[in-house]
Amino acid sequence: MIDYFLTEEEQMIKELARKIAEEKIIPKREYYDETQEFPWDIVKVMAESDLFRIFIPEEYEGLGGGVMALTLAVEELSRGCAGIALAFAGTALGTFPIILFGNEEQKKKYLPRVASGEVVAFALTEADAGSDAGNIKTRAIKDGDHYVLNGTKQFITNGGEAGIYVVIALTNPEKGARGASAFIVEKGTPGFSFGKKENKLGIRASATRELIFQDCRVPAENLLGKEGMGFIIAMKTFDYSRPGVAAQALGIAQAAIEEAARYAKQRVQFGVPIANFQAIQHMLADMAMKLEAARALTYQVARNIDKGNTKIAKESAMVKCLASDVAMEAALNAVQIFGGYGYMKEYPVEKLLRDAKITQIYEGTNQIMRNIIASQLLKEVR
Amino acid sequence: MNIVVCIKQVPDTQDVKMDPERGTLIREGVKSIVNPFDLYAIEEGLRIKERMGRGRVVVMTMGPPQAEDALREAIAMGADHGILISDRTFAGADTLATSYTLAKSIEKLGSPWIIICGKQAMDGDTAQVGPELATWLNFPQITYVSKIIDMGDNRIKVERLTDYGYDIVESSLPCVITVNKEINEPRLPSLRGMMKAKKFKAEVWDSSSVEVDRRYIGLDGSPTRVVSIFAPPVKKGGEKYHGEPDELARHIARKLEEIKII
Repeated sequence: MIDYFLTEEEQMIKELARKIAEEKIIPKREYYDETQEFPWDIVKVMAESDLFRIFIPEEYEGLGGGVMALTLAVEELSRGCAGIALAFAGTALGTFPIILFGNEEQKKKYLPRVASGEVVAFALTEADAGSDAGNIKTRAIKDGDHYVLNGTKQFITNGGEAGIYVVIALTNPEKGARGASAFIVEKGTPGFSFGKKENKLGIRASATRELIFQDCRVPAENLLGKEGMGFIIAMKTFDYSRPGVAAQALGIAQAAIEEAARYAKQRVQFGVPIANFQAIQHMLADMAMKLEAARALTYQVARNIDKGNTKIAKESAMVKCLASDVAMEAALNAVQIFGGYGYMKEYPVEKLLRDAKITQIYEGTNQIMRNIIASQLLKEVR
Repeated sequence: MNIVVCIKQVPDTQDVKMDPERGTLIREGVKSIVNPFDLYAIEEGLRIKERMGRGRVVVMTMGPPQAEDALREAIAMGADHGILISDRTFAGADTLATSYTLAKSIEKLGSPWIIICGKQAMDGDTAQVGPELATWLNFPQITYVSKIIDMGDNRIKVERLTDYGYDIVESSLPCVITVNKEINEPRLPSLRGMMKAKKFKAEVWDSSSVEVDRRYIGLDGSPTRVVSIFAPPVKKGGEKYHGEPDELARHIARKLEEIKII
């Protein structure tokens, strides 16, 4: 086992998240995958265990752990169930804009609520603005000391369940992406409602829902940063949150390897456990190598972020892209090693495959990740 | 007012092995855990404090120095204080000597509001320490509590689970209750609790700090002795018969006659 030289606190976070996964998540993951209910009982356990505090600065009732702490927690939770882990990881995604760009009042008002377990959502995507995020249509028009929001956000993680939403909307449509701004919108604000809840392939324990704004009046003090900063806020947020997606992928890949190796040792064909066959061994070896490489890079990037390195767009994209590709391959191989049983719902690996797929898609598709990596690389090399 | 929870560190029975020659458990290399029933006792202690908005949860254990780890786990769950009762002269105690030593320690601690124990330890399975503790202290006792219905400063009303159904029992306080797994779902530790636990140093009480009559402690104070210890014989897996229903019925009837069941 590689020693990643975790601090005492990091070790504790990892242990606790594993305990939650083993004792609370794994026994119920099948239920939540089947029913698509939101795992409130498990979110409550996470909150009571102080897990929501780890990425919140100490002055706002957090434990000040940063991106590394978050990475360790998300990885362990996702080893249990990536969908259930997303209630937590999605909250971190929604909270980063407030941590990074919130003013003192906003931080004081919202961060302690998150620390004690309030679920948060980040809302950028729209029907016609996925990879082309600059194409959003949701409007925010200033009216006295309020902004009036109109539009529909789509595929929003934690939608409907979160109490706090960070919403990107256009304050100046002529400027395109540079005319976008970020707002904190609370659930229950008049004019803010929820639309269709998506029925998904994987991460089914996670709520993915439409947010509908109809003349929704948001206090001007809820503007994050300045008008026009919305897109910068979104991109910077992703730099911090993408290691979280990588962590989710690491957890899935870890589970895939453990399941596949355990099964290979038990399953007897041609009179011997299939783990005796080199074809199986090589698949497992490839899975293990790639996972460890992805993990090492993810931890290193997370540590860089926590050390204050701000030029991390390329590296964050790298870990998200690499780890999610590794998870997808590991899950595919796990199903293959399980053979026919792997295709059946009685065994846990088909879910890993369904859950792994999203990590290649959300928070920027892996094609967009490669664009980011290449464009930065080409800038760096003269 | 102290909410006293008595706990025991036990070997994780999942990996316990026996030394058949010496008739003892092989403790080396076996993970120690908090007796699972005691986690319910700790949880109930914490809930009493939270519900009543007062009281101090004090966890006590008698054992070797490493039993501090068990207290540490309770601190991580949210207990306020942990006391380790540890001395070579306490060693070799059976349930009577253990309960005596615990009783004397609780007298030293003072102002008990309620004393909570798990219904039994999963290594010895005697379920004796709780009741004996109450006897030494001359306190009322309620065993197998599955729910605290009501509690005040001086009275408690509980539901206890028995073989024949539920009893609703009222008692004066302080009293000793032993709890079963129906009473609650123990919480996981919190990170802040774990950080507190990391720094935690148990208060250690030995035979000089607890006022004890030496005739009642340790091996000398233990009227019972474990003579030998063995694993129960493995049950054999029965016999299987195949055939037509009529023929099988006759066959089974014959077999039952043979062994004089019918």
